[in-house]
Amino acid sequence: MTTRHTLKFWLNDQLIEFDRLPVTQTLLDYLRLTQVLRGTKEGCAEGDCGACTVLVGRLEGDQLKYESVNACIRFVGSLDGCHVVTIEHLKGKNGALHPIQQAMVTHHGSQCGFCTPGFVMSLYAMWMSELEPDVATIERYLQGNLCRCTGYEPIIKAALDIGEHGKLHEDYLIAEQDQMVQNLSALQNDQMLAIESEAEKLFAPATLDQFASIYAQNPEATIVAGATDVGLWVTKFMRDISPVIFTSRLKDFRKIEVSDTAITVDGGASYTDMLAAIDEHLPQLSQFWRRIGGEQVRNMGTVGGNIANGSPIGDTPPPLIALGATITLRKGDERRTLELEKYFITYGKQDRAAGEIVEQIHIPLPDEDQLFACYKISKRRDEDISALCGAFSAKIDDGRISDIRIAFGGMAGTPKRASHVEAALKGAPWSERSIADAKQLFEQDFEPLSDWRASATYRMAAAQNLLERFYLEHADENAISLDDLHQAATLEALS
Amino acid sequence: MNKQIKGGTHQSIEHESAHKHVSGRAEYLDDVIEPAGTLHAYLGLSTCANGKIKSMDLDAVRKAPGVVDVLTKDDIPGENDVSPTGLHDEPIFARGEVHFYGQPLFAVVAKTRDQARRAAQLAKVEYISEAPLLDVKSAKANGAELVTKPLKLKRGDAVSALENAPMRIKGEMEIGGQDHFYLEGHIAMAIPGEDDEVTVFSSTQHPTEIQHMVGHALGVSANAVNVQVRRMGGGFGGKETQGSLFAAVAAIAAKKHGAAVKIRPDRDDDMVATGKRHDFVASYDVGFDEAGKIHAIDAEFAARCGFSADLSGPVTDRALFHADNCYFIPNVELRSQPLKTNTVSNTAFRGFGGPQGMLGGERMIEEIAYALGKDPLEIRRTNFYGGEGKNLTPYHQVVDDSIIERIVDELEASADYKERRDAALEFNKTSRVLKRGISLTPVKFGISFTATWYNQAGALVHVYSDGTIQLNHGGTEMGQGLYTKVAQVVADEFQVDISTIKVTATRTDKVPNTSATAASSGTDLNGMAAADAAQKIKQRLIDFAVKEYDVAPEKVRFDNNQVIVGEQAFSFADFVKTAYMNRVQLSATGFYKTPDIHWDRDAGKGTPFYYFAYGAAVSEVVIDTLTGEYFVERVDVLHDVGRSINEAIDKGQVEGAFVQGMGWLTTEELWWSKDGQLKTHAPSTYKIPVASDRPRQFNVNLVNWSENKKRTIRRSKAVGEPPFMLAISVLEALSMAVASVADYKTCPKLDSPATPERILMAVQRLKGE
Repeated sequence: MTTRHTLKFWLNDQLIEFDRLPVTQTLLDYLRLTQVLRGTKEGCAEGDCGACTVLVGRLEGDQLKYESVNACIRFVGSLDGCHVVTIEHLKGKNGALHPIQQAMVTHHGSQCGFCTPGFVMSLYAMWMSELEPDVATIERYLQGNLCRCTGYEPIIKAALDIGEHGKLHEDYLIAEQDQMVQNLSALQNDQMLAIESEAEKLFAPATLDQFASIYAQNPEATIVAGATDVGLWVTKFMRDISPVIFTSRLKDFRKIEVSDTAITVDGGASYTDMLAAIDEHLPQLSQFWRRIGGEQVRNMGTVGGNIANGSPIGDTPPPLIALGATITLRKGDERRTLELEKYFITYGKQDRAAGEIVEQIHIPLPDEDQLFACYKISKRRDEDISALCGAFSAKIDDGRISDIRIAFGGMAGTPKRASHVEAALKGAPWSERSIADAKQLFEQDFEPLSDWRASATYRMAAAQNLLERFYLEHADENAISLDDLHQAATLEALS
Repeated sequence: MNKQIKGGTHQSIEHESAHKHVSGRAEYLDDVIEPAGTLHAYLGLSTCANGKIKSMDLDAVRKAPGVVDVLTKDDIPGENDVSPTGLHDEPIFARGEVHFYGQPLFAVVAKTRDQARRAAQLAKVEYISEAPLLDVKSAKANGAELVTKPLKLKRGDAVSALENAPMRIKGEMEIGGQDHFYLEGHIAMAIPGEDDEVTVFSSTQHPTEIQHMVGHALGVSANAVNVQVRRMGGGFGGKETQGSLFAAVAAIAAKKHGAAVKIRPDRDDDMVATGKRHDFVASYDVGFDEAGKIHAIDAEFAARCGFSADLSGPVTDRALFHADNCYFIPNVELRSQPLKTNTVSNTAFRGFGGPQGMLGGERMIEEIAYALGKDPLEIRRTNFYGGEGKNLTPYHQVVDDSIIERIVDELEASADYKERRDAALEFNKTSRVLKRGISLTPVKFGISFTATWYNQAGALVHVYSDGTIQLNHGGTEMGQGLYTKVAQVVADEFQVDISTIKVTATRTDKVPNTSATAASSGTDLNGMAAADAAQKIKQRLIDFAVKEYDVAPEKVRFDNNQVIVGEQAFSFADFVKTAYMNRVQLSATGFYKTPDIHWDRDAGKGTPFYYFAYGAAVSEVVIDTLTGEYFVERVDVLHDVGRSINEAIDKGQVEGAFVQGMGWLTTEELWWSKDGQLKTHAPSTYKIPVASDRPRQFNVNLVNWSENKKRTIRRSKAVGEPPFMLAISVLEALSMAVASVADYKTCPKLDSPATPERILMAVQRLKGE
């Protein structure tokens, strides 16, 4: 295995090289303090406000794909081989504003203006893949951007109107894309990247085998995939995270394979990577998936990371446990497979040995007659962390519940199944009465906490009622959910 | 008809910095290139909410990499205080006692911000802790002190009118606070000058107060301190007084070390260490009759003020001033209770207590409506202010400009309120889980600082010999479009395109003795002052023309970038050049003070407001009674800004205020742990609205027939705060949806913020009753 010691990426029109680099160097601080590119703002330093939104372009095969990310929690160490585009790089024809910028001006989309560069960048990412977005699509791309002044209405109107101000094929990035593909191609190779100083070690392996091997050699290392959690360890808690292994270069660690019966996902696949497979094969999770984080977080964050870090309020474990998912853990060349629910031992403790990576997640697809739903309850609809999250999977035979799996996040120190409720329902009639009786048993399954997201009382009441919702929505074909109404009203809005 | 200039008044032009906002070229303070050798300061905060500092070991802090100095109370050359009221109750660094979790104890000065921030974590502080009083109820129960003198408003005889009223309801409402969540947090940078001089860049709505506080902290006079702010990334009241701490620390460090010093807390520290909107508990006793007519109200508004007075006096006053909203109360007694608590000192926030007072008032309307089984709108109409005998506020000001009835009538029709309310009632009959609610609520908001002397402003206008104009005034730009609107006024005065005018940063050495840009007054005050300055220069130009070209004064006109003198037309630039060559003074200061206002706080009587701004909104919501989740389906707004100077900007204020008000009443919840630690201190835990929360249908209109009866600038009305309270309609619509589960027989008494949790708990409570 050959190793190189220089990290290279493109920043706007400039090739950047590092042979020394602090592992905790964030892209935002690099832009603002080193490059003095100060159009990108710091609003929260935790990936929640979007004021620091920039685009990161990376090669997928020979395609250059740009995604919005939060520069505040993106480490420079993860940028090897990428193209970073900041607000300063946007331009229109002959020195004019870029079409997105002009649309924002025309519709009075800025007031104080501090969040505005971030909004422009998020809309830029949208425009590259959605030329005629509807309001729901615009709102999805803007979930991760907070504006405190405008109330968003003029920004949505601007987003609907970008096409009036310019054509995508005339866009500078698009027009120059072939050149940038060449530039980035020249930076790709299969060498391990390692930057070591006396105090710190930074690794960015190029292949999964390198990753497994370097992690087995450095089992104390912090793995950084999307950095949507580790980023905060640094920006909020000022933790030392060296040695660090960045997974960003691993092209063979973000595959998504779909068979007739299951989706198998690599640990490094982002939420966004998975969206198409979810929409096609697990449409019950389509809306839910779009409520994980905001767009930037979904572009960065990985399902593997969501599981690996063991949080009791991660969004993906409840539905995956309800579906009976398993995970493959790998250390060096050794692999083992585990039921996902068994991975979570207790709060802060998971069944993952030092040096072991979450290599793959296997998600069994529900049968055609299997009822499945997942509900996330949070104070705010989008870009919020679950107060609780409940997933339900059931099979009904001859009016009786032949199989049921119920998993919750936010109700205990780990994502956990409601085994008493399940036991009571298994074999019981699929009826309102059974549901009403069984829902009392949540009190035997869970002792939730009170915190700033919700009280224990609310968590319990809502969990019980979610079972009722699951029943009502599936027992009545005409049942309309709040989400259905919201979606319909969104699509109607401004049309 | 002559061609119009570009950017005069009553034109919807873009924000003067719009092109810079969208391209990232608008400079906020943290974007300004720092002078060589700039040092960075960072605050060390208390981890005890109430107690004494037993010991503070800062050795490790001093020894940390990059650290240049650690400042404590002993390093302050002047006063250790940034109290804006002169009560000396707000130390820069704790004086031995700590009063809230997050109170500044010391500041680290280091070569980089990262070094300063890391070092600040290394302090070892021991406390002798006492149990903190954290909220209104525990403060009241434990006989907490008041931070400032309370107010009583009294008219008629509430006691006997309540006793004699046919019906009477007593109740209580808990009203949550709110963090400003300006996207740009607090920041200051100080650059030392000669002798005792210092220049301070601050993200502040009140440069003059920063000047004073920095002067006091350094022990130097006002003329040694110059404060500058070009723009803020949002203010909303959060930067009216709260910037003083950071400015003072930067200035102290800068003078001590002879270097520029910048200080910027991270988001969490900003939220923990700076004040917010006051939470209130409103306790009410309302007497009324079968027609829903209010006979009397006795109410107390108790507020969590935090550990010091800050602006809590005028904030709680304004709550009382707005408890009546649009309704005549024949007999009334209102009392404020500004309670001292072991929390961060609460401060100004858009509406300044008015929203909380109004919300309490509207709760009483709701109570009456549910008690009588009527549409709350009917109760509202019954009680609107009217003519003689029905036009006196609890503070004895006559309401003589009310247009609320016409606004409500028009909105009711344009929003199809009746039909939609009937439809919602019908929907609720058959829908098992989802329930709808709809509400129309009005707003009347008093315009003027109740601190009467604040109602003054200055401006400075220079016309340069090339015909370009530089405009400066005492108001600050925080996104509200003040610089744009005042520039439009000046463009209009000189009849030149707005591109001729450059607005420069607000500086205390250009326009002195300014008032805070607050109380929605920015355009009213500074627009008039700028017009005054422009008119002085115009008059000199007219005088010159009369003399030079021998024409009558009425033959000199400013028109579409020209000066017309008799039969001759000069370009504005040429004419100005000629005037300059003839030694005409082309610079002037302007001044304005609001007439006709006075306020006797001790008597609780006066005319504190120059005029009122009005508006109304209809909101329709749908809730899920299984989880308490909800969304806002449709909102219709009709809001009064008088004759708008810039409809686009005003509409932006209305929409933005509405959504911010909606956040206050729905998802924005402040949550303290038992030991007094604010746990919702970043956007991951504190949830302001995002794009998908805004009403699915949002029809916002300005009242196109309104003209301010008072002689305000171009007959416009203030717009910053009033529309914030239109969002009360959202809370009341949610309340109606909740009420449906008990057939509307019980007032749900939905407190704010109405999180899904509060909705579900209210649903379960009503189902159980």
